[in-house]
Amino acid sequence: MIEFPQLSLHVPEPAVRPGGQPDFSNVNIAKAGSVPRPEVDAASEDIRDLAYSIIRVLNRDGEAVGPWAGLLSDEELLTGLRHMMKLRAFDARMLMAQRQGKTSFYMQHLGEEAVSCAFRKALRKGDMNFPTYRQAGLLIADDYPMVEMMNQIFSNEKDPLRGRQLPIMYSSKEHGFFTISGNLATQYVQAVGWAMASAIKNDTKIAAAWIGDGSTAESDFHSALVFASTYKAPVILNIVNNQWAISTFQGIARGGSGTFAARGLGFGIPALRVDGNDYLAVYAVSLWATERARRNLGPTLIEYVTYRVGGHSSSDDPSAYRPKTESEAWPLGDPVLRLKKHLIVRGVWSEERHVQAEAEILDEVIQAQKEAETHGTLHAGGKPSVRDIFEGVYAEMPPHIRRQRQKAGY
Amino acid sequence: MARMTMIEAVRSAMDVSMERDDDVVVFGEDVGYFGGVFRCTQGLQAKYGKTRCFDAPISESGIVGTAIGMAAYGLKPCVEIQFADYMYPAYDQITQEAARIRYRSNGDFTCPIVLRMPTGGGIFGGQTHSQSPEALFTHVCGLKVVVPSNPYDAKGLLIASIEDPDPVMFLEPKRLYNGPFDGHHDRPVTPWSKHELGEVPEGHYSIPIGKAEIRRQGSAVTVIAYGTMVHVALAAAEEMGVDAEVIDLRSLLPLDLDTIVQSVTKTGRCVVVHEATLTSGYGAELAALVQEHCFYQLEAPIVRVTGWDTPYPHAQEWDYFPGPGRVGRALAEVMEA
Repeated sequence: MIEFPQLSLHVPEPAVRPGGQPDFSNVNIAKAGSVPRPEVDAASEDIRDLAYSIIRVLNRDGEAVGPWAGLLSDEELLTGLRHMMKLRAFDARMLMAQRQGKTSFYMQHLGEEAVSCAFRKALRKGDMNFPTYRQAGLLIADDYPMVEMMNQIFSNEKDPLRGRQLPIMYSSKEHGFFTISGNLATQYVQAVGWAMASAIKNDTKIAAAWIGDGSTAESDFHSALVFASTYKAPVILNIVNNQWAISTFQGIARGGSGTFAARGLGFGIPALRVDGNDYLAVYAVSLWATERARRNLGPTLIEYVTYRVGGHSSSDDPSAYRPKTESEAWPLGDPVLRLKKHLIVRGVWSEERHVQAEAEILDEVIQAQKEAETHGTLHAGGKPSVRDIFEGVYAEMPPHIRRQRQKAGY
Repeated sequence: MARMTMIEAVRSAMDVSMERDDDVVVFGEDVGYFGGVFRCTQGLQAKYGKTRCFDAPISESGIVGTAIGMAAYGLKPCVEIQFADYMYPAYDQITQEAARIRYRSNGDFTCPIVLRMPTGGGIFGGQTHSQSPEALFTHVCGLKVVVPSNPYDAKGLLIASIEDPDPVMFLEPKRLYNGPFDGHHDRPVTPWSKHELGEVPEGHYSIPIGKAEIRRQGSAVTVIAYGTMVHVALAAAEEMGVDAEVIDLRSLLPLDLDTIVQSVTKTGRCVVVHEATLTSGYGAELAALVQEHCFYQLEAPIVRVTGWDTPYPHAQEWDYFPGPGRVGRALAEVMEA
């Protein structure tokens, strides 16, 4: 009988911990413009490489290069930059408001603005997103009023969700934004169901599912891929790989597989990996996937490679588990600065105009905040009614909840 | 009026609903071409096409999750969980999603879905094909929980559930599928064709969710039951010669508290019967409510007759199942108190 050694358990570790030198040398970055752009009806087995590479459009010199470039006009790119800057300014103000006690909790997008802002541009009115808590760019880029978002964040008397939901768990059917759960991964398979319904009704609308790298470990992620694959649902399956799931590095959820995108291949779902900090690349890949869905060719899996520069939430301190300077070492840079540089290279933007735009946007955010605060903040001013606790559990209030509401004095 | 088994009645409910409303879709494990392991969806795919009645992967969280997405779109999915015991992988989707979508979005999105699931024991299904998880649903705000006890109610309540704007857990006591089983497992079962509640209209009708039905009038003791236990309670009352009033709840949530309070106020005694385990079972809620509302009318402690606090055994099924013997002894106990 062969003698085997004793077994031992493998527990993956990130390359560097606090105190160490940030090291992303293991992140294989494809050259901008080097990844081919297949036809939208390509079979997943013919484009396997796209699940392991990174589709990039903007090069180091700020030029848009390669087969995925050339889709957006100057005007569209300027609007895209404005959306990202607005989201960043909004986040900064709301994080500050949280520190001032005006709300209990906040989650920012710092470094990930391109993903949701550029994706939104590929959708049409009537399409539906099933987002996580870090895709507010879908609302900002669809011109959802910031005041409404703030009313929700402050849980004030004008909160469209009447104080029932944790801050930033927005809902807007009108803007194609499904109510955020706060639970993880549940929305991923719901998006597939929504897309199936659209196909059942011979509609033209498509759905987009959103998930983070960490939550791909949930069973609902795998259920979603099975259902999407089986029924060829018109859905875009988005994975935002921002490297960190709170304190857990992406290697814990990823396991031995090469990339998150590669998860799609076993299901026969075309899978693309894209530079999530490159507005042009995100848009180009999103458009490719939406076109597949609209042509009834089925689902596409997209992994956005990005980096969560801030903490997971206002309750998190990343310096406890990763080097403080890690974000500066992130090889894909900053999405706002990269698009800004590109627009300057195009000759339609300048440092001066950027500074001016920053000031204008900040003013717009401050005005919105002032208006929202007239309706109250979490602990001051107008708030939702206690009655709102009891309303809306069911379409029609059943007798036992009515009795409890009366007992509460309302 | 046709004669239907409970299987035919639930099938007829889905058929009528699909006929009337194109937005009603039916899916689940084995429900498409084959028509379900209990044959409840037989013929629906042939009649309505495979985009309205289809087979799903073996993934309960996927089935319920996609149903929630379909409901958000505007469809009315009526899905089958092959056995209630299989619903646990979907529990996250049921409790944190389906139950709360209306509330958390302030009505921006809603979740009109029905989850049909064969429930209860009595078929030698062992611990994974016999469970009664109703209390795991009644404890969750935002769900409705319905348990029919006969073909007539099954059809009317299922149609009402499909038409309901909120998520409904529709528990079908599988031991009642073919006849009104009274717990006497050693005797032949009377088929529904010989029972008045096996008479079921072929067309559309609905029974409001939240209304109990008194199955037997009486003045000495109130027995609160639902599903299979309604028939066990009726048999026990007859056999013991006790003047019992038997209430068939039909809907656990919302609960028809008025009917319970009126009855116990009249009888002064109360026995609660269910097949699910005792501790933190729905009977505990019922006993608490009776105590809160009828304390000064009670002449004896409330007694619960339930499954034991163990997993549902296989070989010892009939020692686990709360049959007419145990219910009868409970009736005697409260009458003597």
